[in-house]
Amino acid sequence: MQCPKCHAPMHTFNRNGVQIEQCSGCRGIFLDYGELEALTRLESQWSQPAPPPPAAPQAYPAAPAAPAWGAPHGGQHGGHGHYGHHRHKSFGHMLFSS
Amino acid sequence: MTAEADADTRTGTTLISALTARARAAAHPHTPAAPCACAGTPLADRPDATVVRHAGTVAKAHAPDTDPTALALRVTTAARLPDVLLPPLTPAPAPLHDRLVTFWPYGVPVDPDDPDAAPWESAATLLALLHRAPVPAGLPPMRGPAKAARAIGRLHAALRATPDAVARAAARPVLAAWAGLPAWARAAAPMPGPAALCHGDLHLGQLVRHPAPDGPWKLIDVDDLGAGVPAWDLARPAAWYACGLLPPDEWTRFLAAYRQAGGPAVPPDGDPWRALDVPARALTVQTAALAVTKALAAGRPPDEVEQAVVDACARMPAIPPRRTPGIPD
Repeated sequence: MQCPKCHAPMHTFNRNGVQIEQCSGCRGIFLDYGELEALTRLESQWSQPAPPPPAAPQAYPAAPAAPAWGAPHGGQHGGHGHYGHHRHKSFGHMLFSS
Repeated sequence: MTAEADADTRTGTTLISALTARARAAAHPHTPAAPCACAGTPLADRPDATVVRHAGTVAKAHAPDTDPTALALRVTTAARLPDVLLPPLTPAPAPLHDRLVTFWPYGVPVDPDDPDAAPWESAATLLALLHRAPVPAGLPPMRGPAKAARAIGRLHAALRATPDAVARAAARPVLAAWAGLPAWARAAAPMPGPAALCHGDLHLGQLVRHPAPDGPWKLIDVDDLGAGVPAWDLARPAAWYACGLLPPDEWTRFLAAYRQAGGPAVPPDGDPWRALDVPARALTVQTAALAVTKALAAGRPPDEVEQAVVDACARMPAIPPRRTPGIPD
C-alpha cells in the first residue's frame, strides 16, 4: 500500500505478532483496526508480568459538579447512573418532551 | 364515548384537514387550487398544538388560549433572529376556526432513535446567542415557570381522579419539592433579575436543521419565548444530569459550549449550580409531575427513569434551594 501522507510505498513488519505497515519514505506507521490495542496490551504484559490488580475507581475522570439533591454519580459515591451503552427508552422519550 | 369527547374529536379532525389545506396552499402560493402530488404529514396533534407538514411548509395551529398579541411579538422575534430561531414564512399569525396558525419552513429534527447524535454544542451555542440578544420591547415573560405550574395542576387533577394510595404516595415528594421552590419558580411572582431573551421550553425536539437536510441547527417553537431568567433554558439538561439520566460528558459538552459562546446564564467559570439550582429543581419537579400523571393515567407504577426524577424530588426538601446570584428569595 501507499503512505496516505507522502505516498511512498509502505512495508509490512511483524512486531510481537502484530502486523504493522511502515512508510519507506517518512517512516510513518499505519495500524489497522485493533492493532494499537493489541500493541498496548502486549506492552502492559511486558512491563507488568504479575496479574494486574482490579481496575481502580480512580480510573474514571472526576464527574462535573452536581447538586446535593441529585442522584449519586459515578466516581463520587460509587454511582448508579441510568445511562449506559443503551439509553433507557423512557429517557429517550423525556429528551424530546416538554 | 361521551358527547363532549365526540365533539372534540370532530373538531380535531376538522382542524387537521383545514390546517392541511392551509399548509398546502402556503407550499404552492402560485397554484393554490391545483392538485399536487406532495405528501402531507401530520407532525404533532396535542391539546396545545397541532402541526402539519406539506412539502417544505409546516403549519402550526397554536393552543386555543393563545394570546394573539403575545404570539405576534414572539413570531416577530423569531423573524429578527434568523441565525438562532427558525424564521417564520409569514410574519403574522392567521386565524383558523378558533385557533391561530403560523407557517414555517420545514427543518430536519434530531433523530429520536439516535439521541446519542444530539447536537448538544449547537443547542448550547444557540441558547447563548439567544440570551445575548436584546429583549424586544413589549415581549411577554418567558413561560417556563407557568408551564411548571401547569404540570403541577395536571398532577392535582390526576390525583383527584384516583383513590389509589400507591399513586398518591408517588405524588407526595413531587408536591413537597414544588412547595419548597421560590415563588418566582412557581409562577407565583414575577421572575427576578435582569431579564434575558429566553426560549422557555428547551428539549431535543426544539432543534431542526434548516435548510433541510444539512443546514445549520436552529431553535423552533416560540410559544414560550420571552423575557426571563436565562438559566431556565439550561435547566432541563441540568436536571437530567443531576438525576443521573444524562451522562456527565454530554452535560459537560453542553455547559462548556454555552460558556464558550459567552452565555450569560452562568458565570464563565467555577460552580454553575448557584445559578442552575432553582431552575433545575423546578424542571425536575415539572418532569416528575408529568411522569407521575402519566403513570397514574396508565394505572402503572413509575418506571425506573420516572422514579429517578421522583427520588430527586424526595431529596430536595432537606437541602434548601441555593440563592441565585443577584436574585432575592
